[in-house]
Amino acid sequence: MKIIILGCGRVGATLAMMMDRAGHTVTVIDYSNDAFQRLDASFGGQTVMGDGIDEEVLQRAGIEQADVFVAVTNGDNRNIMASQIARTVFTVPVVVCRIYDPIRTEVYQKLGLEVICPTLVGAELFRKSIEKNLAKATPDTAPKIR
Amino acid sequence: MYIIIGGGGQIGYYVTKGLLAQGHEVLLLDKDPRRVQTLTDELGSAVLRGDACEARTMDEVGCSRADIVIAVTGDDEDNLVICQMAKERFHVRTTIARVNNPKNEHIFAKLGIDITVSPTKTILHLIETEIPHHTVIPLMTLRRAGLGLVEVSVPPQSPALGKKLAALKLPGECNVVLIVRGQEDIVPSGESIIQAEDQVFALVKGPGEAALREAILGSASS
Repeated sequence: MKIIILGCGRVGATLAMMMDRAGHTVTVIDYSNDAFQRLDASFGGQTVMGDGIDEEVLQRAGIEQADVFVAVTNGDNRNIMASQIARTVFTVPVVVCRIYDPIRTEVYQKLGLEVICPTLVGAELFRKSIEKNLAKATPDTAPKIR
Repeated sequence: MYIIIGGGGQIGYYVTKGLLAQGHEVLLLDKDPRRVQTLTDELGSAVLRGDACEARTMDEVGCSRADIVIAVTGDDEDNLVICQMAKERFHVRTTIARVNNPKNEHIFAKLGIDITVSPTKTILHLIETEIPHHTVIPLMTLRRAGLGLVEVSVPPQSPALGKKLAALKLPGECNVVLIVRGQEDIVPSGESIIQAEDQVFALVKGPGEAALREAILGSASS
């Protein structure tokens, strides 16, 4: 599988190394060269420096042959626009987009984007953890959090 | 009309000022508190600090009753999201976006933005075409309709000089909508006579622009 990851932050770099280790062809795009230092020396994929909402940069990263496009820069709007370019202009089969804002998540899910919202996912994990630990602490009297 | 503008740069400022002068209800949003202070000094209560991408902000300012949302920040991704959120969540009928990177123009059109305005492209086009003194200047492109509003000033040696508008036999794709002569604005009819130094404004589609150019500037112009 050819996978393009836009944004080489903690999530982008971790995902890139994971997919690389799993044997996929990975290309990471970031506008800052320094960001690529987050990748291990063992990383076998490609890095492309540039603006992820610029078609030419995406083409340089080989988006026309990509099976998967992931947008994980720290800007919601940048991820949204890049994902829509990947889907609409380059018809990449699988596009996954990170959006922190739950409302924007809802709107773009409705528009057909595959969205992961770390805010919702994170809050839900906290809720579950609190519930589980409360139950452990006082098994009989634990209040149910809904 | 109620018009919300996202992005208080130079374009946002002048558009707000112009629309207020025309008597519209206008709200200008900018994220930067210092910029908002400056804008408020000039434009008063028409300015509010806020992010036009944030649904909560747009909800508070009554986006769902807005007739038009205009996004003119310096970032294309923000302009895109402002317009898409306005359309999808608040069902605003008309959205207008500034496109900073001309390459994004077709993407915006594909993604449902009604009208895109590209200053970069306009300036590039001007440089390409401005070398001869008299030329057809594109003022605005209405992408969806494939229409453009263009301006041409009539040179002293124009073949159209002294002719009636009807005699120019302009095609249906070229509608002359206004002639500015000195201080005078003329809403033209077929009987209007073209004079030197007239500013002619026309709505053109496809070959209409070339036809206008040939009629006003002569065939040597292109």
